[in-house]
Parts: sequence; C-alpha cells; structure tokens
Amino acid sequence: MSNTVIKVENLSKAYQIGEFSTGTLSNDIQRWWSLMRGKEDPYLKIGETNDRTTKGESDIVWSLKDINFEINQGDAVGIIGKNGAGKSTLLKLLSRVTSPTTGSIKVKGRIASLLEVGTGFHPELTGRENIYLNGAILGMRKKEITKKFDEIVAFSGVERYIDTPVKRYSSGMYVRLAFAVAAHLESEILIVDEVLAVGDADFQKKCLGKMGDVSKGEGRTVLFVSHNMGAVQNLCSKGILLQNGKIIFSGASDRSIEKYLLSNNNISVTEYDKVRYGSGQIKVIYIEIKDKNGNTIDQVYSGQDFDIVLHYQCPIPLINVHLIPGIAISDKFEAPIILHHSRLNGIVFKKTDISGSFIFSVKKFPLTPSTYNITYSIYDSGDCIDSITNALSLQVIEGDFYGSGEVAPSSNAFFLIDGVWNKN
Amino acid sequence: MQAAEHWDLEIKPQDNIFNLHLKDVWRYRDLLMLLVRRDFVSFYKQTIFGPLWFFIQPIFTTIIFTIVFGGLAGISTNEAPKPLFYMAGITVWNYFSECLNKTSTVFRDNANIFGKVYFPRLIMPLSIIFSNLVKFAVQFLLFILMMAYYLLKGDNVHPNIFILLFPVIIFFMAILGLGIGLIVTALTTKYRDLAFLVGFGVQLLMYASCVIFPMSVSNGKYIHILSLNPLSGLIETFRYSFLGTGEFYPFAFFYSITISMFIFFIGLIIFNKVEKDFVDTV
Repeated sequence: MSNTVIKVENLSKAYQIGEFSTGTLSNDIQRWWSLMRGKEDPYLKIGETNDRTTKGESDIVWSLKDINFEINQGDAVGIIGKNGAGKSTLLKLLSRVTSPTTGSIKVKGRIASLLEVGTGFHPELTGRENIYLNGAILGMRKKEITKKFDEIVAFSGVERYIDTPVKRYSSGMYVRLAFAVAAHLESEILIVDEVLAVGDADFQKKCLGKMGDVSKGEGRTVLFVSHNMGAVQNLCSKGILLQNGKIIFSGASDRSIEKYLLSNNNISVTEYDKVRYGSGQIKVIYIEIKDKNGNTIDQVYSGQDFDIVLHYQCPIPLINVHLIPGIAISDKFEAPIILHHSRLNGIVFKKTDISGSFIFSVKKFPLTPSTYNITYSIYDSGDCIDSITNALSLQVIEGDFYGSGEVAPSSNAFFLIDGVWNKN
Repeated sequence: MQAAEHWDLEIKPQDNIFNLHLKDVWRYRDLLMLLVRRDFVSFYKQTIFGPLWFFIQPIFTTIIFTIVFGGLAGISTNEAPKPLFYMAGITVWNYFSECLNKTSTVFRDNANIFGKVYFPRLIMPLSIIFSNLVKFAVQFLLFILMMAYYLLKGDNVHPNIFILLFPVIIFFMAILGLGIGLIVTALTTKYRDLAFLVGFGVQLLMYASCVIFPMSVSNGKYIHILSLNPLSGLIETFRYSFLGTGEFYPFAFFYSITISMFIFFIGLIIFNKVEKDFVDTV
C-alpha cells in the first residue's frame, strides 16, 4: 500500500471573467444540453493560461491548468506563488468549496480546511455556543467537540469570557477562539490558508507551533499556503511552486522558496534620465539584484546574501580617476537607513571600460520586511558623475535571519542585529 | 502501485446529478441541530419580549384581517368564528412563506460561509425548515389556545378525524416551500431577477391560496384555478380538520401532495447541480 494521501491528476479550473453566461440564451441552452449529457462545455476554450497582464482572447481564464502532484502521509507541504498563481483556487478545490473543471483529486482520510478562521461565528452567540457551531461547520461531531472543549478553551485563553457573546470580544480574542477550534480538528489532512496573518505575534507563534506539532508530532499531513517564506521554511519540508496556474517546481521547501524568489525576475531598468543627476560621463543603465548563485531577483528576504549590481555605460573610458560608487537605502517615508560607498572599504576605482558594472555584495541583509528605496551615486573625487534618487524599490520579505526559524516582529523592529545570547 | 487503491474521497468535475450525498447530510446532523439552535437563540437575544415576538405577528395580522376582510369586505368564513378562521390560515401560511422566503436566498445569505468551508449545502436550507418549524410550533400553540377558547364558548368549531392529516399537511407545506425556495436560490445565483419576483410574488400568492377565504366562496367559478395552486388543498384541509367548516376536497389534497413532491425533487436536483460551483458565480 503506498502512503499517498492526496493524489491530484490533471486538475484544471476555468473561471469566466466579465459577463456570465455565453451571451445568448440559445448558447446557454446549447451548453446546458451538452453538460446534461455529460459532455464538455463547447464554449470552453482550451489552452489559455492565466496571465493577468495580457488580455485573453476569450472570457475564460484557466486559474489552474493540468496540475499533477501527490502528497504523502505526514508531509508538510508549502504551496507558494505570486498573487494570482492559483494557490487559492487549488485550496478551494481541495477543500471542496468549488468543483474542478477537469481532472480529479483523490483523498485518503478526512480533510479539514481552514481558509478562514471563525467561519460561521455568530456575533450574538456566546463563546461556548460558537465553539460548538464553528466546530460543527468544520465537520466535527458534537461529542468530539465536547471531548475537546476544555482543551480548546485553554488554548484560546479566553476562559473568562466563554459565556459572553462574541460580539463583545476584542478582535484578538475572537481570532484566538476561532483558531483554537480549528486547531483541534481531528482530521488526517489539514489545509491552512494564510489565516495566521492575524492576531498578535505571540499568538501567531503559538499557531505556528501548534501546526508544527500537528505535522511533526502527530504525523498528520499539512498543506500550507502563505506568502510568509519564513513560516514556510520553518514549517514545511516540501514545497509546490505555482505560477500562472501551473506547477513550475515541486520539491524540497528550501529549493521552492529559492525558485519562488527567482520567479519574480523583472529586471529593474532605470531609464528616466530627467531625474538623473551628475556630470554624466558615466551612466548607470540598469540595476540588478542577484542572489548568491547569480540569478536576478526582485525580492530579498531578511538575512539573505545578495549583490546589487550597477551596470554602467561610459562612452569615453575614463582613466586616472578616483571613482567611488555608493548606495543608500531609505524606507518608504524617505528616512535614510543605510549608506555605503566603496571608500568605506578603502577602495577607489581608477579607470573604467566602455561598459561594465559595479557590484556591491551584501552579507546577511539586516532589514525586516517592508518596501525600501535604493539610491545610487558615483562620485569622482568629490564631484558627482551620476546619481538617481530612489532608482529602485526593494521588496524585503520575511526570512530566517538567525537560522532558528524565529522571526522578529517587524512592528517592533526594522533592523536585525546579528547577536547571540549566552549565560555565565 | 496497486491497481485498485482505496480512496475515501474523490473530487471530480461531473457528478451524477441524482447523487444527493444524503449520507453526508446525515453525518452533519449535529450541525443541522446547532444551526436551528443558533437561529432560535439569536432571534430573541437583546429583545425585551424575547420569544413572545413569535406571537405578536400572527395576533396583529389576525386582528387586521378580521377587520378588513371579515368586517369591511365581508368575505364569508363558512360560519366559523372569523378570528379563528384567519388565525388558522395565517399560521400555516406563515410557515410556508417563511420557508420559501428564507430558502430562496440561502446561497446569497451564506455565500461567505459556503465560500470558505465545505459541508453538505443542503444542511442550510434544511436548517431553515427546522428553525421555522420551531417558530411554527409556537404559533400553532397560540392557535390551539384560541381554538380551545372558542370550543369552550360553544362556538361553531368542530375538530374532526382529519386532524390526523396534520403532520402530513405540515410536511408537504415544508417540502413545497423548500422545493420552490431551492429552485429560486439555485437560479438566482445566475439570474438575480428571480429574487425580486419572490419578494412580492409570495405576498400575491397568499391571495390565491385560500388564506383569507374558504375554497367554497369561489362558487365553482374559480375553483379550478384555485385548486391548481397546491397550497389551496393543504390550507383548506388544515382548516377543515381543525374547524370543521368548509369541505375536504380529496382531489385537491392529493393533487397538492403530488405537486409538492414533484417540485421538491426538481428543487433538490437543481440545487444539487448548482451547489458545487455556485461560489464562482455568486
């Protein structure tokens, strides 16, 4: 007996965009007739992929197209991809909220899916009543809930208010209670969407811990969808990377995350000469961010090693100069955070070719997730030759800076320090 | 890899439309109960009169009907005490119309829940039927009290053996309301127009359903049209069995039952077909 618990075969899901129905009643009837006879919809065009940036020929987009994968028992699998890659659709299909257009999903054991916490909570009902109601909606029998009731209440930490209507709860308490119910589902397979994006940092950690227990300790299968690469890295052993409705990578979670960061490779070309400043003997024509394997990326994670590459052109090669390239990073409010130039390393460049690049290598990037702006400048002994303010925006996402799986909350810190605690 | 591996669940695009997943519905019976409880409890939370509100609506409607239709218009009630006559009609009618009104918006009202978690969708409309049954029971109690009052007073009230049909009548009222509601809610996921139709259609239907007049009042002129409405037979039978006024029309009654069942099955099948991916269209 193989220990595959989920087997997805040729799974596709088409969505109609714009107007519903084919447009005319006779087409509607024709479609209805062929569907009734169990045939395929004649108005579905096969083969279009889901790409938001180009306008499709038909009103139908394939949110997922011919997906195949298998998941073994006890695996913790992270499903990652950009917005619109098909993650949510895949979750919806797995949790039976909607049905596939073609293909099939075969499952062994009970599936519990958490696309949202607190589904079906009624504000007028007390915490106790809502635990029962929500548990039942998620598929628990009443006696199962009764058995786990104390555990759920203890986990949520709202004992005192258990007989108060949940409309009087703070939003934090509400979420705690809701997650507590979900975390105690007795199912062999747990599907979790980015519900952990709620609640305070402490509670998020508790949730992640609980999910870790579920997959590692109890041997249950977990499918986890998130943009939080730190959480995926920490929690999942395997990863599935989706792009435009297709699986482009499936394997170890570290590799998937790497590929995910790579898949965003839009090279940032800076061509706006009007904001350019300086004498112009050298012009930086584009800026790239490259990971340690030399691949272009447009997102970095906290703690990553990467290079910022300034590609320049210099129509008349310079000799006997003292070039100092530098970069500055500022936050979204334009507050300066980091400045670095080559003289700080004791380096000045004496000459240039017609074209080339200055490479700034960063070790263990210390900023927490946010969007930052990069300004560059090239000076020659005090004179500015070329500079563009906010030339490139830098997206930083959560990463495992300390190699411990712990992530410092970005609400409390935006700079990560490379320190360690000891005790004497 | 074995040839025939056992899978607990297979999610496929096309399912047999006659597969109603009744086993699943049974497995979720606790949810059904909890939803009924939720509806009941949340109905009277933060109200002064609480469950008393269940009484207030039929009492006032009865008063108005007695004045307008009994007093001003002078429509016959076949010698039955007027308030009791109207109360009888209103009690069963309310049950039907509430079932219909609520089930006809079940997809829209629950789009959020349905979009987030799977459970047999049929549970929701069923819970509406049962919640309203609770409400009906309370109102029916009011009707019985009123009937007892008129009986003691020695008025023209003659309950008879047809009272045994009471559960049958209520059952078919429920599935007729449910059936129409399911059809409407399934179609409104795509064509919103029907929702408007139901809004006033239900109100108009009352006037064609022997609620405010007995079937005999039509004097053979409209009787065939009236008995085309499956509700007429049910309401008329209900009133006949408790009040002893009017007549029992076997044809109308069996016709009502057949039509109700038919509509119910059509409703179930359409609902079943739509529930699987209504989330994409709603």
